[in-house]
Amino acid sequence: MTLTQSSPRAATTRPGAPAGRRRGHRRAGIGTLFVTPYLLYVLAVFAIPLGYTVWISFHRFYFTAPGAHAPSPWVGFANYRDVLTDPVVGRSFLNIGIFLVINVPLTVVLALVLATALNAKMPFRSFFRAAYYLPYITASVALVAVWQFLFGSDGLVNHALGGLAPDPSWLVNTHLAMPMIALFVTWKQLGFFVMLYLAALQNVGKDLYEAASVDGAGPVRKFWSITVPGVRPATTLVTVYAIVTGANLFSEPYLLTGGGGPDNSSTSPVLLMYQKGIEQGHPDFAAALGVVLVVLVLAVSLITRKLSERGN
Amino acid sequence: MSTTVPTSGAAVPADAPTGSREGRRGRAVRLAVLLVGAVAFLFPFYYMVVGSLRKVTAGDLSSAAPSGLTGGNYSAIDGALSLGRSLVNSGVMTAGVLLCTLVLGVLAGYALARLEFTGRGGVFAVLLLVQTVPFQLLTLPLYVLVVRDYGLGDNYAGMILPFAINSTAVFLFRQFFLQMPASLFEAARIDGASELRILWKIAIPMARPALLTGALLTFIGPWNEFLWPFLVTKNADMQPLAVSLAGFLSNLQGTVSNPTGALMAGACVLAAPAVVLFLLFQRHFTHTNIDSGVKG
Repeated sequence: MTLTQSSPRAATTRPGAPAGRRRGHRRAGIGTLFVTPYLLYVLAVFAIPLGYTVWISFHRFYFTAPGAHAPSPWVGFANYRDVLTDPVVGRSFLNIGIFLVINVPLTVVLALVLATALNAKMPFRSFFRAAYYLPYITASVALVAVWQFLFGSDGLVNHALGGLAPDPSWLVNTHLAMPMIALFVTWKQLGFFVMLYLAALQNVGKDLYEAASVDGAGPVRKFWSITVPGVRPATTLVTVYAIVTGANLFSEPYLLTGGGGPDNSSTSPVLLMYQKGIEQGHPDFAAALGVVLVVLVLAVSLITRKLSERGN
Repeated sequence: MSTTVPTSGAAVPADAPTGSREGRRGRAVRLAVLLVGAVAFLFPFYYMVVGSLRKVTAGDLSSAAPSGLTGGNYSAIDGALSLGRSLVNSGVMTAGVLLCTLVLGVLAGYALARLEFTGRGGVFAVLLLVQTVPFQLLTLPLYVLVVRDYGLGDNYAGMILPFAINSTAVFLFRQFFLQMPASLFEAARIDGASELRILWKIAIPMARPALLTGALLTFIGPWNEFLWPFLVTKNADMQPLAVSLAGFLSNLQGTVSNPTGALMAGACVLAAPAVVLFLLFQRHFTHTNIDSGVKG
């Protein structure tokens, strides 16, 4: 934002030569012209849908064939009441909670461990970096297919565990389905956070470690007093990302646990929006759920950022 | 695992005395942690490839061994969901997004960095805001608009629209144009070059690394995307590979003799382009992601 002040042209045209000013006007028009396609895109894909979803959420709304129009009567907060009293919606929010409780600590600990291990001259360093990053750039659908195969009732993991295999198996077990989704997402995204922590570690001053050594601090003390506070911005980002990811889960519950099953134990708000809004034809309900979700996600990530800023 | 943290955390500087016993032990612990990590990350990929090549793809312990290999699973998945057609659809969708981002996104990035116009600060604020709004939360109204109002269901334009201009890439282009020396642009302007010419002749040739990174980042999104194309393509002939493979995963499996093998073959084909691009241009992937991540 601050960089908007530092345009190179501002100084050159200020003397007010008529030609310069005319050229300035022409170029100003060009700037507007250059950003117009992007603004139209934002309008079509973000602004209008956002306004539309709020509008739908206050009306009784039906899908109609293209061109046909059914009346959409105003219903006030009725859709919101339906959303907030729906037990399955409650379950989907609980599931985000389960997701966060598993995903955030696991991501922070594992990413920090791997990043610290990578942060030195090591053999095969770039090989390790590439290996960790691979799931992050690979399509969810492909990875879900392998996980289903690995963790299926008759899969490799259960064969390896023998008598210790859970019954019912991982992905069809009421208590394990949601934790498995959390585990899958942690695995898929960990590489991104390893790189994030690795970058954050470069900003932790080496002199701090040296000074601490001189003061006789041990490795544990140095880790907690220097490394952990030093990478706090990255940790905040992990939390915010996890909230956004949790609120947006769709492919995983839809494909990995067969449509949020068993008994909605792994359902997610976006999956519900799809099932209620498109499969069952209640877009008004889905729109209200979407608005609730946008508000919650923005509020929670704002609070997280504020809290961690205070922590600094 | 947590006990290894302090040891490795303490030895952060690369100049730790490697000759000493402590240094050597630290290195060994580090390497062990990294190896365990690599196995956890890579094994599913290995298992996917081996599963796609085995005549019998089952979950027993011997299934991880590369034996009894065949290419039959690839022809089976091709028969079940016409791989070529799906790949063309994925390709058209991805190419459309790339084209829009590289043309319209570069124009926007250049204007935000190098041109003055009313409301530039506002446009930049919009750019930052858009990156924080989760797109999935807007899928329902977008679906109503695109399929019902615009009539773009089962249509490439409808598939491309929500991803058309990648905001992260626009941000990246802006940062890159901003870093270029101002004198270059001033000189060209004094010579009377038009902005389009300056962009084409000066800025773009210098911005090649940013364009490559932007293109790679942009590629991953639509190629891997499932939810949106799943919603707007009901006609199997229009479905990109992620969608047709997901369909096979949930209900088509009975149609071939080794369904898991065929599924793994499809997963390999879906994963391959992104993995190959990543291995070729690794540096360009990781660097910017971190930069934009930390700043965003």
